[in-house]
Amino acid sequence: MKFIYEMHQMMLKNNIILVYEGEFTQEITKSVLAMAERNMDSMGEESGIKRKVFNVMVECLQNIVKHGDEYFTGEKKINTAIFMIGKHEESYIITSGNPVKDERVEFLKNKLDKINSLDKEGLKALYKEIIKSGSGLTNKGGAGLGFVDMARKSGQPLEYDFEPLGDGHSFFSLKTTVPRG
Amino acid sequence: MEIINLEGTEDTPKIILDKTNKIFSISGRSLPEDSAEFYQPILEWLDEYAKDPLPETIFDFKLEYFNTASSKLILDVLTKLEDIENAKVHWYFYEDDEDMEEAGEEFSELVDVEFELKPY
Repeated sequence: MKFIYEMHQMMLKNNIILVYEGEFTQEITKSVLAMAERNMDSMGEESGIKRKVFNVMVECLQNIVKHGDEYFTGEKKINTAIFMIGKHEESYIITSGNPVKDERVEFLKNKLDKINSLDKEGLKALYKEIIKSGSGLTNKGGAGLGFVDMARKSGQPLEYDFEPLGDGHSFFSLKTTVPRG
Repeated sequence: MEIINLEGTEDTPKIILDKTNKIFSISGRSLPEDSAEFYQPILEWLDEYAKDPLPETIFDFKLEYFNTASSKLILDVLTKLEDIENAKVHWYFYEDDEDMEEAGEEFSELVDVEFELKPY
């Protein structure tokens, strides 16, 4: 039973105000958003910060819903991921982790590196370029704008990591920092 | 002409398209699971309306929040307005919501429709 205490301690130490592990759907997304909103409301968070955190959360959660690859271990099909929000003195930290197919790693790295190399004006230009490209939505229903929007709203680089899982998949961790005030 | 009147939900906007009463409005939150499917009837309605529009059409956007998948569809809605003579957009934003103000500015740069940015 000690893991309960340890997990609680770890959450406190890392200022985690919300963590969800499991399957990700639109219904789950709405519940997680509602909980995080209530949490920020009850702490009297400033509306501008709240909006930015909400914005980053939506893109992050819907990315997982749309792209969280079904991950197979042996017979079992697992489509699970983790989502966390940390609240610190200076910022909110929104993190997600989900398995992706190895063949997507290069594409994601290139996209994130490109975004991280751009300043505010560069990101705005990229956003407009993608939105008017006329290619419509992807087959997953995304606009290809999620990461760009997360970088714009947070004003910070998107930190990421890929941990090889050794079976054709990698675990994709993504961290977005939203400064407070 | 048929009236579209959708109640807003926690992830879809309130939408009224009512030619008789001259109300064209999208408000609230837009982060549906499938934005293309959600906006399809709106786009079809506008195609129909464009055949015989009112002398002036003022389209109100009063969005509190929209996700990136919706932004593409909002652009599609705005693009439809380009073909309607004397169509005009009133883009409302909370006065302290710089991101929503900027979104309005960006959309206005992307389409050939008259925009008025209105803080509230």
